Amino acid sequence: MHDERFSGLRRRGFLAATSGAAALALVGCGGGTDDDKAAGGDGTPKRGGRLRAAFAGGGASETLDPHLANLFADVARAKALYDKLADYGADLSAQPRLATKWEANKTLDRWQVTLREATFHDGSPVTAADVLYSYRRIADPDQAFRAKASLDPIDLDASRATGQRSIEFVLKRPTAEFPNILAAFGAYIVPEGAKDFDGKPIGSGPFRLVSFAPGRSAVFRRHDDYWEGAPHLDELELVVANEESARVNALLGGQIEYAHELNPTTARAHEGRGQIEIVRLRGSAMQAFCMKTDRAPFDDERVREAFFLIADRQELVDGALSGAGVVGNDLFGKGYEYYADSLPQREQDLDKARALLKQAGAEKLRVTLDTSAVAAGFTEAAGIFRDQAAKAGVTIDVKMGSKDSYWSDILDNGTLCCYRSGAMPIEAHISQRLLTDSTTNATKWRHKDFDALYQQAQSTRDKTERAVVYDRMQRRLYAEGGFLVWGFADWIIGTSGNVKGVETEAPANTLDWARFDKVWLA
Amino acid sequence: MRESGLRSFVARRLLLGAVQTVAVVLLVFALTEALPGDAAVALAGDQPDPARIAAIRETMHLDRPAYQRLADWASGLPYGDFGTSLTSGRPVSDYITDGFGPTLLLASLTLALLIPLALGLGVLAARHEGRLVDRLVSTVTLAVYAVPEFALGVLLVTVFALKLAWLPPTAVGYGTDLLGHPAALVLPVLVLLSRPVCSLSRLVRAGMVDALASPYTAHARRYGVPGARVRYTHALPNALAPAVQQLARTADWLLCGVIVVEALFVIPGLGTVLLNAVAERDVPVVQGLAVVFGVLTVALNLGADVVAYRLTPRAGVAA
Repeated sequence: MHDERFSGLRRRGFLAATSGAAALALVGCGGGTDDDKAAGGDGTPKRGGRLRAAFAGGGASETLDPHLANLFADVARAKALYDKLADYGADLSAQPRLATKWEANKTLDRWQVTLREATFHDGSPVTAADVLYSYRRIADPDQAFRAKASLDPIDLDASRATGQRSIEFVLKRPTAEFPNILAAFGAYIVPEGAKDFDGKPIGSGPFRLVSFAPGRSAVFRRHDDYWEGAPHLDELELVVANEESARVNALLGGQIEYAHELNPTTARAHEGRGQIEIVRLRGSAMQAFCMKTDRAPFDDERVREAFFLIADRQELVDGALSGAGVVGNDLFGKGYEYYADSLPQREQDLDKARALLKQAGAEKLRVTLDTSAVAAGFTEAAGIFRDQAAKAGVTIDVKMGSKDSYWSDILDNGTLCCYRSGAMPIEAHISQRLLTDSTTNATKWRHKDFDALYQQAQSTRDKTERAVVYDRMQRRLYAEGGFLVWGFADWIIGTSGNVKGVETEAPANTLDWARFDKVWLA
Repeated sequence: MRESGLRSFVARRLLLGAVQTVAVVLLVFALTEALPGDAAVALAGDQPDPARIAAIRETMHLDRPAYQRLADWASGLPYGDFGTSLTSGRPVSDYITDGFGPTLLLASLTLALLIPLALGLGVLAARHEGRLVDRLVSTVTLAVYAVPEFALGVLLVTVFALKLAWLPPTAVGYGTDLLGHPAALVLPVLVLLSRPVCSLSRLVRAGMVDALASPYTAHARRYGVPGARVRYTHALPNALAPAVQQLARTADWLLCGVIVVEALFVIPGLGTVLLNAVAERDVPVVQGLAVVFGVLTVALNLGADVVAYRLTPRAGVAA
């Protein structure tokens, strides 16, 4: 009924660094307004009006506590009401938001962060105390907030306010990508002492709350004193409609102006017809098969390489994603900062795959592929890959699992599974999934020398030097990693013709995605 | 004699109903426990960090044995306390009352139209048994019955909302204030009506055909009782007994969550609440709904039996 419930948003991640030596000194850069870019061709923004946007949601259990944000709908509400210190740009690099600048000491384990002048909806200023309160709330050991693991490198007991708008963060280890922590998923700044979020939430975001009915709708009004300039819209209503056909019908029938998350087939049916606009956010979701590298048959890197060569990626993109995406090259983060795009595109090579399997003594191989209806295209991808593998003499048994517990089920069990990931910096993908102590290491990729490379990157001030280290890590993953990344799916949004200023380059989950303060009604 | 017989029958059925409801709640609890994953796993979603899942489990008190959690929840029931949601911490009774409004509204509207429509069609067809009208009614009702709800809903939305723009395609954004937007209710009620009208009218028709052919109606006619009176006071009550049972089942279906229609038209009723609660493994909410649905089912079926008993006292009541 509503697939994709917990999909997409998997970031508690740190963000990839923006910064080289220069950027380390200051990444002030003034937080770029994107008006011009977003407005390209849309004309002059017009003030006023009410925009209604539909998302798949979490039902009657929804909350406005930004630190509990989990679904896309939660994040859309949270970013209307609150700000983070930094957020992801289109290439998943950290962009300053409430922070105007960050500077590290020589050893990269102490960071001085300066806040911009911003006010909460009640008129009080955003201060260092609010930031520390928010981060300590997230890190509370008695709670299980999603961003807790992201904030782990910060020693919050030792960190302190050094002024009304300046904070010294003390870290437990050198962290060159510290700005990514500030942009971490769910790391929103709430006023000091805030506990009740569903009643009268006070944030510093572009909209104030008017009313909230969990699982149904949230109505917001423009915050005129927003630090980045007041939104163009008078009002914003985020409504919940779990069924995709309901979102499309409501959009076609003029009941809403913005429908989040449409199917590729729907998009194709309406693209270019003039009735609604289709926006494709490229590179929003990595699509992969995940091989457990610590157990047979995938503990043999020849078998992994053979599987890389079995995949006909274009067929998978055309079949499982209905063509709404691009092929992958067994690496995460196509188009993102630090992506190793110099590596040759891998193509299907069944003869070589067969030869490799023979060398590995794995002829007549039989493996089980776990899948589930948890994400769009999963079961289709499994079926297509089964047929491709058969051509190389590999028998794949597709096993359907429960979609409510899928991610937990596949973490430690099985050998091969369907996998996907929303946008996050490449560094976050590595730290969450590919280090010995990673919390969600689904490929069981555990190599001390690989861990050491990661630490080296985190201790390297110079951005170009750091890029070299990331490149080395990615080459290794390309050659013998556990992720068979076959594609990157578009995230598809539908809008009515009069909605202008919708950013088209921002992958789902970045700053400019679902950013309603920059949108206007023509 | 007859009154006391009915009273003891009702008492027995109520007792049985209470036992059935308890059994349903226990079964639902056991089944929800048997589902893979729990509320902590569901909440962790695609971030299944085992340490985080353990922490969530602890804050939800899921680390306690199942029987303890069940006992805790059950101990509040006599005081009307349905417990609190694991996921949101809000009272389960809020979930039920919020979802019940739209569900009740849809169900009442549907039933209010269903009864006259199905009776009318059934009697009409029976009166013209074997002739054109009967064949027409039978063909149409069979054909409509064969269309799945979802397909019919999509079809109606496409034609009446998107092509002709007579009606809104969904009730999105109206929340619980559906009465304020009656146009949004037309299509959902039509979809809900479609299949029950068919099944019910066919039952009425069959019953009427039997009744009209029976010796007692023939006898009444021989006495010169007018045709309409024979039909409506003699034949119809006898024809209705099976239809009443079917009507109870329909009402039960309407009240216990019509998931497809709610999803298609974005109506936040009990079906949506149940669907989300199961996906989230929010056991207290699922159990609260199980109690409500159990009680409703028992009450409706009991009501139907009593009505059927009244309609055809001689037939007795199948307990």
